[in-house]
Amino acid sequence: MQKYSVFSLIKNAFSNHEKWDLAWKDPTPKKEYDVVIIGGGGHGLATAYYLAKEHQITNVAVIEKGWIGGGNIGRNTTIIRSNFMYDDNARFNEFGMNLWRNMSQELNFNVMFSPRGIINLAHSDAQLNAYARRGNSMRLNGIDAVLLNREEVKKIIPMADFSDDVRYPIFGGLAQPSAGTARHDAVAWGYARQADSMGVDIIQNCEVTGFDIEAGKITGLRTSRGDIKSKKIGLCVAGSTNVLAEKLNMTLPIETHLLQACVSEPVKPVLDGVVTFGAGHFYISQSDKGEMVMGGDLDGYNSYAQKGNLPTIQHVLTGGVALFPFLSRLKMLRTWGGIMDMSMDGSPIIDKTHIDGLYLNCGWCYGGFKSVPSSGWTFAHTIAQDRVHELNEGFSLNRFSKGYLLDEKGLGTKTWIS
Amino acid sequence: MLNIKCPYCGDRSQKEFAYGGDGTITRPKLNQEISDEEWDNFVYLRKSPRGKHIELWHHIAGCRQWFKVERDTTTHEIFRTFKPEEEF
Repeated sequence: MQKYSVFSLIKNAFSNHEKWDLAWKDPTPKKEYDVVIIGGGGHGLATAYYLAKEHQITNVAVIEKGWIGGGNIGRNTTIIRSNFMYDDNARFNEFGMNLWRNMSQELNFNVMFSPRGIINLAHSDAQLNAYARRGNSMRLNGIDAVLLNREEVKKIIPMADFSDDVRYPIFGGLAQPSAGTARHDAVAWGYARQADSMGVDIIQNCEVTGFDIEAGKITGLRTSRGDIKSKKIGLCVAGSTNVLAEKLNMTLPIETHLLQACVSEPVKPVLDGVVTFGAGHFYISQSDKGEMVMGGDLDGYNSYAQKGNLPTIQHVLTGGVALFPFLSRLKMLRTWGGIMDMSMDGSPIIDKTHIDGLYLNCGWCYGGFKSVPSSGWTFAHTIAQDRVHELNEGFSLNRFSKGYLLDEKGLGTKTWIS
Repeated sequence: MLNIKCPYCGDRSQKEFAYGGDGTITRPKLNQEISDEEWDNFVYLRKSPRGKHIELWHHIAGCRQWFKVERDTTTHEIFRTFKPEEEF
């Protein structure tokens, strides 16, 4: 594999950048693989990479219906954080933070990880108390959490509405300074390029049409590009999980919902980190290009549409203007949507299933992007060793029927209001 | 924007309604032994189909009645809306 560096850049400049190697091949599917990963998004590609790197399993295919990086890995708002209260979520995501910090070097691909910090704003005493509790839990798990009062918040985001007559005054906030953002496409491409170089076949434009199961064991799958045999198959298909589950006669604690995001026209640097509004569904950061990147609420009803409706954008931006009045002067550049695998307690599922050799990775709700490395790492372990790692044992499929929910926000089973 | 025909009030904007989830789920019968599996099915497990979906909606900023909608989850086409007692 061609190493990317300033020297390779200069060298290729002499040939007008026409002689770069392809970043990954476009192979024809083989008849059999040791492991097949369905879904060529961030989680699927990361899983393939860690299967090859950590477990030396390189006879692996990643099957993608569309093109790699065309789903939620290319549709999210690129926020990376580990500010969780429950141990299972906190440890898992803090493990991921360490992978994020070295990702550009490890993948030899600039993912532009930028630890610029996140602030969750509190708009009442009770909310600030709840954040203090969450911050204490985070610190017990070794995660940097800083409780900010109103004046400290004002120093960081002076352009927020700090006037006396606002409906939701800012009381303070909980900051995680080590949180940040990254360039999401580069994450998919970086994992794909490294996985490909270790022998993984990345097969695009290949739709899974069915599964072969014999005596409770998975033996292969049928695709639009032919049948493939494999004794181990991993599902990493986010919003399409229920569609494949139907082909497997499984019913899951997952609903598919649409989440929208939008960006404004680019402006000069105004906002350093990520800020979330505590009194409504709104969060914001500023991209390196200067666009204000914003998101908020689900559209609120089951949807596979990958594009949204205007009322939700209006609702989200109403909250945005309440917090940052200057936003009312900005034009929106574009909006888009992605379909989320909303789990019934807001936490993911990385587990084996009742079918031998079939592994499940889903339920990422709003937060799949930050978990790409930790999800790939633990899912690869689960598949390779045929047992869950201690980092993902809390994300079990049967926790719902057993009553061990990981309900981080305490919102219950109405996935569309969470 | 969705245009939903409330069976009590007629065509209204989506903004007047609140969503209530899968409308095909039935609660286990009262005063009977209910297994963990039955509770699991009722509380957590959802088909969430791509295509036709029967769901509950609440006309919360109108007549405040609950009713059912049959809608396509990909195109958002609404095939029919009906009162709960009118079902099939």
